Amino acid sequence: MADLHKHTLAELSEKLSSGACTSVDIVNDVLASIDSTDGKIGAYLTLDRDDALAQANLADERRANGENLPLLGIPIAIKDLLNVKGQPCTCSSKILEGYIAPYDATVISKLRKAGAVLLGRVNMDEFAMGSSTENAALGKTSNPWNLEHVPGGSSGGSAACVSADEAIAALGSDTGGSIRQPAAFCGCVGVKPTYGRVSRYGLTAFASSLDQIGPLTKTVKDSAILLETLCGHDPLDSSSLKMDVPAFGKNLTADTSLVGMKLGLPKEYFVEGMDPEVEKVVREAIEHCKSLGAEIVEVSLPNAKYAIAVYYIIATAEASANLARFDGIRYGMRIDGKNPADLYAKTRSAGFGQEVKRRIILGTYVLSSGYYDAYYKKAQKVRTLIRKDFTDAFKTCDAILAPVTPTPAYKKGDKTDDPLKMYLDDILTTPINLAGNCALSVPCGFSSSGMPIGLHIIGDDFQEETILKVGHAYEQSTEWHKQRPSL
Amino acid sequence: MKYEATIGLETHVMQKTNTKMFCGCKYEYGAKPNTHVCPTCLGYPGALPVMNEKAIELICKAGMLLGCEINPNSKWDRKNYFYPDMAKNYQITQADEPLCLGGEVTVEVEGEMKTFSLERIHQEENAAKNTHVAGASLVDYNRAGTALMEIVSDPCMSSAADALAYMTYVKQIMQYGGISNCDQEKGQMRSDVNVSVKPVGQKELGSKVEIKNMNSFAFIQDAIEYEIERQINLLESGGSVVQETRGYNPDRGETFTQRTKENAHDYRYFPEPDLMPVKVSSEQMEQWRSELPEMPTPRRKRYVETLGLPEYDAGVLTASMEVSDWFEETMKHTKNAKAVSNFIMGEMLRLLSEQGLKIADAKVTPEKLAQIVALIDAKTISTGGGKQIFEVLFNEGGDPQKIMEAKGLAQVSDDSALEGWADEAMANNPKPVEEYKAGNPASINFLMGQVMKSSRGKANPGAVMQMLKQKLDG
Amino acid sequence: MSETHEGMDVGYVAKLACIDLTEEETVLFQSQLDQVLHYVEQLNELDVSAVEPTAHAVPVFNVLRKDELGTSLNHEEVMANAPSSADGHIRVPKIIEQ
Repeated sequence: MADLHKHTLAELSEKLSSGACTSVDIVNDVLASIDSTDGKIGAYLTLDRDDALAQANLADERRANGENLPLLGIPIAIKDLLNVKGQPCTCSSKILEGYIAPYDATVISKLRKAGAVLLGRVNMDEFAMGSSTENAALGKTSNPWNLEHVPGGSSGGSAACVSADEAIAALGSDTGGSIRQPAAFCGCVGVKPTYGRVSRYGLTAFASSLDQIGPLTKTVKDSAILLETLCGHDPLDSSSLKMDVPAFGKNLTADTSLVGMKLGLPKEYFVEGMDPEVEKVVREAIEHCKSLGAEIVEVSLPNAKYAIAVYYIIATAEASANLARFDGIRYGMRIDGKNPADLYAKTRSAGFGQEVKRRIILGTYVLSSGYYDAYYKKAQKVRTLIRKDFTDAFKTCDAILAPVTPTPAYKKGDKTDDPLKMYLDDILTTPINLAGNCALSVPCGFSSSGMPIGLHIIGDDFQEETILKVGHAYEQSTEWHKQRPSL
Repeated sequence: MKYEATIGLETHVMQKTNTKMFCGCKYEYGAKPNTHVCPTCLGYPGALPVMNEKAIELICKAGMLLGCEINPNSKWDRKNYFYPDMAKNYQITQADEPLCLGGEVTVEVEGEMKTFSLERIHQEENAAKNTHVAGASLVDYNRAGTALMEIVSDPCMSSAADALAYMTYVKQIMQYGGISNCDQEKGQMRSDVNVSVKPVGQKELGSKVEIKNMNSFAFIQDAIEYEIERQINLLESGGSVVQETRGYNPDRGETFTQRTKENAHDYRYFPEPDLMPVKVSSEQMEQWRSELPEMPTPRRKRYVETLGLPEYDAGVLTASMEVSDWFEETMKHTKNAKAVSNFIMGEMLRLLSEQGLKIADAKVTPEKLAQIVALIDAKTISTGGGKQIFEVLFNEGGDPQKIMEAKGLAQVSDDSALEGWADEAMANNPKPVEEYKAGNPASINFLMGQVMKSSRGKANPGAVMQMLKQKLDG
Repeated sequence: MSETHEGMDVGYVAKLACIDLTEEETVLFQSQLDQVLHYVEQLNELDVSAVEPTAHAVPVFNVLRKDELGTSLNHEEVMANAPSSADGHIRVPKIIEQ
C-alpha cells in the first residue's frame, strides 16, 4: 500500500474502519516519509520507531477486538513541551537535558485512550517563545513550501510535519498564536480552542492564563475529530471548564452553505504594514464566504492594537515565574556552583537561549517592586477592554474573519536580530489569547512566491463548532487545502 | 530615657489535612525522604495545583475562632524567590485578598486581661525540608506543598509575656478547633517575631527587626527579651537599630543578623493564573460556624456548672485540649468528676511531667481510670491504693482489679475480721478507751490507727470507725 | 509608565531572575528591551482607572478537590531525574543562611 501518509485523518479513519489498511501500514508509510523528507524539514527531535510500531500493533489489536474509535491507529506528532511518561520533554531547551517525564499530560492520556499512535516529538521555539522556530536549541526546522523560509512558531515542528506528510496530525500549543501562525505559514489547519476547553495539565507552561493545546491537521474536519478527543473537563487543571463537548467531527456535513451566518469583518484588522498580497487573498476568501451565503458585517475591535503591548507584559511576567522552576535542582541540566544561588545562575545562563532570557528579564522587570502597577496591572486592565471588544463584536456576528499574520512565511534570519519586529507579527493572533475565545487558521491562498496564506476564523467563547463549520464550508468549497508542497 | 517595645507575630500553623494543599500527596511526619512527592509538589514541568477543600474549611474555621471576618472573595498570588526548598521557586500564597481579615483575641497576661488584634490569616504552602551535611545540603520535598496558614497579628504586644500568652492561646484554639495539632517539635507551629523599641510616648514605631522561624515558646520568649534589651542598649549608647532579619541562636541565647534591608527580597507578587479565586458564601460560613467544636472557655464553664468542679480544676483541665478530651472520655464511664479531676491534676500531670510524656503516650486509658474511681467509690480500695494502681497502669497498662489483687490493695470491710482487730485494739489499750468514755472523742483516733496497723492498711476506715463507735458507745 | 520608564537596569533584573548575563548580552538586551518598553508606553493613551483587571480569561471560582490521597511518584523515578542525590535526598551545594 503506498502513500498512506498523504491521506487525511478522516480518510485513514475510514480505511482503518473498513479494513482497507492497518495502523502498522500507516505508521510504516509515515516513517518512510520521515526518512525521506525530514532531513530537509527537521521537524522531529525524537522518534522511537519501535515504540511507534508497537503502539500501532496494539491499535490494530484493539480494532480486531471490535473497537472503532476515530483516532484508533492514527499516528500523531507531539510538540516537545507535552509530558509523555517515560519520554524526554525538552521544550527545545538545553536546560531540560536528561529530564524524563514521569507522567502523562491529560491530552496524552486522552490520546492513549483513543488509541492514537504517539509518533514522536517535534521541534518548537524554546519554551514556546518565538514565532519562527528559530529559537530552538536542539535543531532547525524549515518550511516545507520553501526550505529557506521559517515554518512559523512556536509550533513550527507540528505545522511542518503535517504539511510535509510526516504525520497525519500533530498537537501544538497556542499562547499568542503559536498554533495558528505556523499553520498559516505551512498551509495547514490549526485550532486554538477556548481557554479552559482543553486541559493544560502536563503542558509545560509558558503563560498559564493564555496557553491552550490544540490540533494541527491537513483539514478542518481532521481538526474537528482530534479536538473532540482533546476537550473535556479535567479535575487536575483548575482552569479546565465543565462544558459539554459537542461531536465536532460528526457535526461537519457536506453542506457548504453559510446562509444565515453573520460573519464580522474587523475594520482594525487590516493593519498598517500588512503585506498587500495577504490582504488581497484574505479579502477574496471573505468574498468567497459571502458567495456561500454568509452575510458580512463590519465589526470593531478598537483595543486590538494594544494586544502586543499587553501580551508581552502578561506573557513574560507569567513566564518569569513559570520558568523559575528550571533551576538545576530536581531535574534537567545542572552546572554546579559554590552555593545554590551560584548554581542557579550558572545553570540558567547556560541552559536558556537568548530569547528565553530576554523574556524572563522583561517579565521579571514588569513585576518588580515599583513597576507592577505601571506595567502588569495596567496590562491586566487593558486585557479587560480587549475581552470586552470581542464580547461586543459577537453580539452582532457569529464569527469574525481576518488574516492570521501580516505577511506569509519569511526567510530564516530575517527577524532574529530585532525582537520587537518579531513580536509585532503577533498583532492579529494575541488578542484572541488575551480574550480567551477560540480561533482557527485555514489555508486560503498563496503569495506570488508560493507561500501559503491563512484565513483567521475567530469565534466567541466555546463556539468552536461555529468556526469549524465556517472553516469546513470554506475549505470544502475551495481547493487550497489540496495543494501540498513538493519535496 | 524610658523605652517601650512593640511586638507583632507571624505564626505559621500547619493544618490537619490528609493531603497537601495543592496535590494529593500525603502529609506524614518522619516518612522516608522524597516518598510523598508528585509532579505538582516537585515543581515538574506541566504540573498544576488544585486546592484542597479541607484546608479552605480549616482556615475559615480558624478565622471564625479567632474573631476574623471571612473574606467572601479571596484569591491566590505567587511570591517569587529562589531557594532550594521552594520547588517552583515561587510560593503560592495570598497577598492582597487573604481568606481571613482582622480578628482579635483576649487573653490573661500576668493577671490582667488584654486584647490583641489580628491583621489577617492567609493560606499558603509549606517549603521542603533542608538538612545540612559536610559540604552540601540535602532536600526532602515530603513537606513541600503541605497546607500552611499564616496568622498575622498587629504590632500590638509590648512584652515577651504578651507574646507568650497570645501564642499559648492561639495554640489552644487551633487544637480545640481541630485546625492543627500545633506540635512544635514537628514544626507544625512556627513564628516569626517583629520587635521594635521606641521612647515611651513616641508615636511612630522604631526600626523593625524580624526574628525568623522559631518553634519553641521558650526560645521565642528569650529571643524577644534579648532583642528588646539589645535594641535599647543600642539606642542608649547613641546608636540606631537597623531594619533587618535576624535569626535566634538558642545555644547562645542571642539573635544574629541574617539579612539586611539592602538585601531584602523583591518578591514580585502577582495573581496566580493556575488557581481560581475562592468565594465563600454566607450559607457556607453558617454551615462551618455550626460545626465549630466547643472552645476552652465554654468548656470550662460547663465543667463548673454541670459537673460541679471548682474553677481551679476546670482551668487546669481545659488548659490543654488533649487533657480535657481525656477527661471527657473518662467521664463517659463515671459520674465522679471531682475524683477524676483529682487523678488527672495530681497523678497524671505529675507523671507526664516527670517522664516528659504526652497524655497520648500514657498506657492508662480513660476507661481504666474510671474503674479505679469506681473501686474507690465502692470502698474496695483506698484513695492511696487507687494512686498506686494508677501509677502501674500509667507505666505498664493492665487491669485495675488484677493489679489490686496482685498488690493486695483490697480493703477489708468484713465485720468478723474487723471485730477481731477492734477487740484486740481495745483490750491492748485501756487508756484511750477510758478517755473516750470520759468524753474525749478524739481518743478514738488512736484506736482506729491500731486497727489499721493490724490490718496492714487494708481495713476500710469508715467501717472501722463505725465498728469502734458501736463497741465504745454500746 | 512615562514617569517610571527610565530604562531598566538589566543587570539588576537579571540578578533577580537568577541569570548571569555576559557583557554583550547585557548591552544587547538593554537596547532591545528599552525598545520594547518604549513600545509598551502606548498603553498610557488609555484611561483605565475605572477598569477591573483581568487575571483569568474565564470567570470560574472554587475549583476544589477532596482531601483524598492521589498518586505520588515512585521514589526511584524522582531520584533518577535529580542531577545529584544522597541518602534519598536531592543534593545541593551547601545552603548558607542568607
